[in-house]
Amino acid sequence: MKMLLNWLDDRTGYKALMHEALYERVPGGARWRYVWGSTLVYTFSVQLVTGLFLWMAYSPSSQTAWESVYYIQHEMLLGWLLRGIHHFTAQAMVVLLVVHLLQVIIDGAYKAPREVNFWLGLILMMVVLGLSLTGYLLPWDQKGYWATKVATNIAGITPVVGSEVQALAVGGANYGHHTLTRFFALHAGLLPALLVGFLALHIYVFRRHGLTVADPIHKPDTTFWPDQVLKDVVACLAVLATVLFLVLYHGAGPAGGAELGAPADPTEKYSAARPEWYFLFLFQFLKYFPGESEIIGAMVIPGAIVGVLALMPLIGRWKLGHGFNVAFIFGILIGIGVLTGLAVRADRLDDDYRLAVEDADRKAERVKQLVQIRGIGPEGAVVLLREDPKTWGAALFATKCASCHRYDGHDGTGKVSKELATASDLSTFGTRKWIHGILTDPAGPKYFGATPNRPEIGELFTAGDMAGWVKENVSSGKVTAEEIDAVVEFLASLSEHRDIAAIDAAKVAKGREFFAQGRDGVSGTCYECHAIKVKDDPEGLFSDPSAQIATGAPELTGYGSTAWLRSFLHKPGDKKLYGSHNWMPAFGESLTEREIEMIVDWLLHRWPE
Amino acid sequence: MQNQLPSDSNCPAPGFAGAGEPRRGFVAKLAAIVIGGIVGIVPAAVGLATFLNPLRAKVKEQQRPSGSDAEGYYRVTTFDSVSATPQPFKIIADRKDAWNTYPKDAIGTVFLQRVGASEVRAFNVSCPHAGCAVDWRATRELYHCPCHNSSFAADGRRDPRSPSARDLDSLEVRVVEGVVFVKFQDFKAGVKEKKPA
Repeated sequence: MKMLLNWLDDRTGYKALMHEALYERVPGGARWRYVWGSTLVYTFSVQLVTGLFLWMAYSPSSQTAWESVYYIQHEMLLGWLLRGIHHFTAQAMVVLLVVHLLQVIIDGAYKAPREVNFWLGLILMMVVLGLSLTGYLLPWDQKGYWATKVATNIAGITPVVGSEVQALAVGGANYGHHTLTRFFALHAGLLPALLVGFLALHIYVFRRHGLTVADPIHKPDTTFWPDQVLKDVVACLAVLATVLFLVLYHGAGPAGGAELGAPADPTEKYSAARPEWYFLFLFQFLKYFPGESEIIGAMVIPGAIVGVLALMPLIGRWKLGHGFNVAFIFGILIGIGVLTGLAVRADRLDDDYRLAVEDADRKAERVKQLVQIRGIGPEGAVVLLREDPKTWGAALFATKCASCHRYDGHDGTGKVSKELATASDLSTFGTRKWIHGILTDPAGPKYFGATPNRPEIGELFTAGDMAGWVKENVSSGKVTAEEIDAVVEFLASLSEHRDIAAIDAAKVAKGREFFAQGRDGVSGTCYECHAIKVKDDPEGLFSDPSAQIATGAPELTGYGSTAWLRSFLHKPGDKKLYGSHNWMPAFGESLTEREIEMIVDWLLHRWPE
Repeated sequence: MQNQLPSDSNCPAPGFAGAGEPRRGFVAKLAAIVIGGIVGIVPAAVGLATFLNPLRAKVKEQQRPSGSDAEGYYRVTTFDSVSATPQPFKIIADRKDAWNTYPKDAIGTVFLQRVGASEVRAFNVSCPHAGCAVDWRATRELYHCPCHNSSFAADGRRDPRSPSARDLDSLEVRVVEGVVFVKFQDFKAGVKEKKPA
């Protein structure tokens, strides 16, 4: 063995190299304050290793990026942990970088003869920030997509070459396959290669000049190995423990670790768009630069700050230079801290933002549920939400219906309007509860009670024929609760709402009879006003062709079915429906058939679960 | 002598801290190696776990195409469309590939040949040698592999000069009411025994 090693040493000289690497002199003894650079090397190594394994499962294209990350997170053995480590180590790296920079400036380690190494360090910092910026896009979720869109649009305002820079970053006119392939090549190829190269130079120059020692007589001199190495690895262990803690803090298992939002959808607005927390200060900063002055906040000032950092070794030569440098870096850090605080505070106070985050979380959850139910087709996961009534129907309701209607008090997506509703609250539409309510309290707040909020409608419905009939027959107790239940059951038997469970056939028969013929002592019948056709009608209860004489009493054939609701949305003013009493717009003209289906299926809870 | 370093190097001087405390030095070295090992191994081990994911039985199960009956038979074609000359037919099923599901996609190809009045013979197109797809050479009335020139007779028997170690992989066939069902499966290539891949 020894012979073999000697042979190897003779051919390579590795022993001298090892000696050089391990027995670097540490004047004043090993100290905890020297560990920061080593922890940065460690975090970078962790990123290389975890990144390599992620690479083996990642597929950069707009139809596979999110999908492959989903697969890593939810299907692969410990994939969530791997992603979590990579994600949180990236954040740890930024924090350690700041600590390292701060220490170098406070200790004056940028001064001669270490100027070049300081500059190398600044380059490394830019590369690390570049890595985090490019990595943020790769999962191709809503968060990464919109944040990157902002970042590349900022690049686009660069004077003279802005558009070209942007097109080169995006890989074309639109965000898509080539945005991902380019960002991925930067993230996993070019930037790590630059980092390795500059890190090697950084360490080489560092070794050339040695540590910057504040008090060399602190303790007797020692060597890098083993005393300082021990302190370094303990610090690395602390970093690893922190990262693992952060991963597990966000939940152990596929549902935890690093977040994965809903797949990127350029047609779906994302009001929760925010950059990673360590870029929040820049995000906040841009709010203060109105209109054309954006470039000052996005480029001029950040550029000037980096410029001052780069000049620090020269500034430090002056008598007061070092003091200025220290004050400057603290000023910057305080500024960053304040801006970050302001950004966080603004978001906390912003109800719209909170709702947007909730909405984003809901969609992220929902899409994962849909993947479990339906699987991911060749067109990718983005269509799952687009074809999902639960998601799309609610969004359509919010934009098309919620200016008048409500859904359990909100607009379908959880947002509560300050405006008064002028039409019914449709959260129970098609259920027994809904039918029961209409039959017992049609002028109640969830039914027609909101219509008088629109003065033109006035009491057309709240004091209309239906309300009058209910007042006369139901409120007075002439119609028994049993009879109401029977009619409810009969109409429920027509509904296609998902939550209509088993139908009581005996009740239905009774309800049908009451609907058609009423009873002695009760004025009028339902059928006198509401036309209806049913599949089996052996008694010929509904064979009167002259039924439906009352204007504004909708035909109830298939009431609560998708077909009924669809034709209602198409043309509520049809003479078979509300006729001239109608106030609702006909959506057959403004919505596509698919959109109407989505709203209908959403209202009737007909979505995959 | 490689170890002889220039005098201005960082070589430890005699009487240097640590040198006088060999025990402490040993403990520090051991601790550094152990802790260094842990911080190095943890991320690598997690990565390795994901790398080894394909070896899990669960993954194999998940990636199995769906579309066969309980015994593994796929509906392929009608009896009438199978001729006395071997012809390739696609097996259609819901194919799975990592995160994707491809509904009603081709998962493989079989050669079907009618033998006698009511029997159908089926072969997996994959050459048992290395998995290339074999062709039916009508002129010579044999299956031929374009990669390493293995040849098989119409009944699947290998030409003794073939690199393939076994006969062409026959598949079980059922004809039910004029419809041909084939128990489609792949077999491990390159070995003498025919065992499911």
